[in-house]
Amino acid sequence: MSAILPPTERLWWKHPLDRVEGTWIAIAFVWCMIMFFMMIYWHMYGKQNLSTETYKTTSEQFAAKAQAVVDKYTVRVETDFQTPVVAPPPGSDVYMIARLWNFWPILELQQGQTYRLHLTSMDYNHGFSLQPANINIQVVPGYEHVVTVTPNQSGTYSVVCNEFCGIGHHTMVGRIYVKAEAGNVQ
Amino acid sequence: MSNNTTYRTCPRSGLQFESQAEKLVIANAVAGVIFLLIGGILAIGIVLTRWPSVHWLEAATFYQVLTAHGLDMLVYWIIFFEIAVLYFCSSTLLRCRIATPKIAWLAFALMVIGSVMNNYAVYDGASSVMMTSYVPMMAAPSFYLGLILFAVGALIACFVFFGTLVVAKREKTYQGSVPLVTFGAITAAIIAVFTIASGAIILIPTWMQSMGWVEHVDPLIYRVIWWAFGHSSQQINVAAHISIWYLVAAVVFGAKPMSERVSRGAFLLYIVFLQLASAHHILSDPGMSVEWKVLNTSYFMYFAVLASMIHGLTIPGAMEVAQRAKGYNKGLFEWLRKAPWGNPSFSGVFISIIGFGFLGGISGVMMGTEQLNMIIHNTIYVPGHFHATVVIGTTLSFMALTYFLIPVLFKREIINPTLAKWQPYLFGLSMYFFCLVMMGAGTLGVSRRHWDMAFSGAALAYEWPGAAYLMMGLVGIAGIAAIVGGALYIYLTVGSLLWGKRVAQTKISSEPTPIPVGAPSAAAQSYGSLGFAAPGTFVLAMIFLAAFVLYYFINWKYLSTLWGLS
Ligand code: HEM
Ligand SMILES: [Cu+2]
Ligand SMILES: [Cu+2]
Repeated sequence: MSAILPPTERLWWKHPLDRVEGTWIAIAFVWCMIMFFMMIYWHMYGKQNLSTETYKTTSEQFAAKAQAVVDKYTVRVETDFQTPVVAPPPGSDVYMIARLWNFWPILELQQGQTYRLHLTSMDYNHGFSLQPANINIQVVPGYEHVVTVTPNQSGTYSVVCNEFCGIGHHTMVGRIYVKAEAGNVQ
Repeated sequence: MSNNTTYRTCPRSGLQFESQAEKLVIANAVAGVIFLLIGGILAIGIVLTRWPSVHWLEAATFYQVLTAHGLDMLVYWIIFFEIAVLYFCSSTLLRCRIATPKIAWLAFALMVIGSVMNNYAVYDGASSVMMTSYVPMMAAPSFYLGLILFAVGALIACFVFFGTLVVAKREKTYQGSVPLVTFGAITAAIIAVFTIASGAIILIPTWMQSMGWVEHVDPLIYRVIWWAFGHSSQQINVAAHISIWYLVAAVVFGAKPMSERVSRGAFLLYIVFLQLASAHHILSDPGMSVEWKVLNTSYFMYFAVLASMIHGLTIPGAMEVAQRAKGYNKGLFEWLRKAPWGNPSFSGVFISIIGFGFLGGISGVMMGTEQLNMIIHNTIYVPGHFHATVVIGTTLSFMALTYFLIPVLFKREIINPTLAKWQPYLFGLSMYFFCLVMMGAGTLGVSRRHWDMAFSGAALAYEWPGAAYLMMGLVGIAGIAAIVGGALYIYLTVGSLLWGKRVAQTKISSEPTPIPVGAPSAAAQSYGSLGFAAPGTFVLAMIFLAAFVLYYFINWKYLSTLWGLS
């Protein structure tokens, strides 16, 4: 019963390694390094890296900026709540507000185009969970997170709130439409 | 020297219990099991609500029950039991009296008061904020105060543990270095001190905000510091349950560590690098820089992962060496086939090691990768992962240890040995399946902490694919099976304490008997093949590595199909 007794060799730290251990440590170490450098590699060559561009904001400031874009680029309204559907030009700044309990407004983007998507919450933490693409981003009040997105497929996407935000959490779903590139209807 | 205490030597195990320490271990372990019982009852409500075709509880009740389940299981069950383990690994394994028993009882009282206060706040209804209690969502002040009192109690208990080490050293109850298992317990306690300090730094201002004394706690800073508490406390669990793995290997097989140097070195890596873990909860958050995320989420280049991979090899390796020494030397796996599969301490630990490594470990590294985190953040993949670590890893190890402790510490025979034989299989294997299907549902995007995957009442509902519903149905079935397994454990433990046959006791003395000095033993090189003392374990490790590499790169492939993000 030795792991529960003091080591019998007083100088246990001088004891040689068994070959099984030495080999495994070497292999495991190499694998750890591969995993570490994989993250860096993906920053250099991968296409999916979450931006860290962040600004402090307040709900008033952010709401005003979002409203300006909505006023300019609304193409129609949908749902019983008259939620505007906003189709800003490619390359522009688009805003999505998370609040109890909806995402506002609905966005209409174009496939293959890049947008600067600004996210924040007006109240509690919320979760931006884009489905079925399955991209999940935390939305934190007081912080404006600017994520550069390039939709690679057309279709109707839902934004499910996946951070617990109170009793209406399960009703908090938003929407993003992605229109197909001209001549590429999927 | 304290004279007003007695020492009992257990006839079955030869372990020596000081009477104060013994009572403290019992009190803490029993308190833990009570919280496991409560948490398990709450799990019924969660599982039957997340099973889509059952969808049992109302939304408000569901969130309340989920908050309490998280706290009772992750905080109270685990930490009470861990304090018992700390006292055991110091006073019992070092054969000394416990330092300052009165203060240890004060710690226990604080922990009981705190946990009851916090539970009461949740059942009262105004604190359904989840165990993470992210600001600015506010719970009742007693919610935070309860947690703080509990943490203070646990901190004091850690210092009683350190004090006990000093007592043993000073009263020379052992010679040389502390046993490896005690070394692991020291690792756990050191991490606990750091963890509890982080918890205090963030929970005290939050409590003050709930009292109206502080205007505003920053939501992002809250998340970063809360997770320095929330995640590092998982490292206490890892250190504790790995110590138990070594302990059970020693008790069941008489296994000695393959090399003290490697195993202790791996524990040291935990102390040095585990503190960084908070980062992997913030990977999909705004605000933190890429460099910070990459360096911290990998625990500074994955050195803590390396440590776990080392323990994952050395523990089964030590078992293999011990078995081969007994003559089970044929082929690669005779040692494993001839292992005592009917002994619940062994089967529990073995199921725990494999499940912790293959399910908890691989998924944890995957989701802790900076970019990959985006495909699982806040999905039910996350509870899938941590039920593999904290239930299959920690809880099942604690259960396995309990089967050893019932005759030794509680002096009772197990009431129904046949049932005890099956319990780890039922609980462990149904948990394997439970975790796998949760991860499956999470890979399809299903949210965690979510009352209704049909989004009833939403203006713009989303329709999950049929496979997601299927997975969540299987979560329900597997969850119920696991709950039955957990109930068996409670029945066996409580039943044995109440009705089990008493184990005859012999020696009680007023002085501790010091640990005899063992003779140095020969190195284990004489068994095995190819110069490998544990070739079977090495093969298992290579299978593990292959699964790891494959799964890791599959997820990168999946990531590469998503929208471009930069
Ligand atoms: C006995 C069987 C158990 C079952 C069937 C079970 C079931 C569940 C389920 C389905 C969830 C996720 C709910 C959701 O996010 O919507 C959950 C959450 C959780 N469980 Fe368990 N659980 C069990 C045991 C345990 C144990 C033993 C522990 C800890 C040692 C534990 C700790 C947690 C924690 C910390 C959460 C997260 C709560 C939160 O999101 O705030 N569970 N459990
Ligand atoms: Cu929300
Ligand atoms: Cu929500």
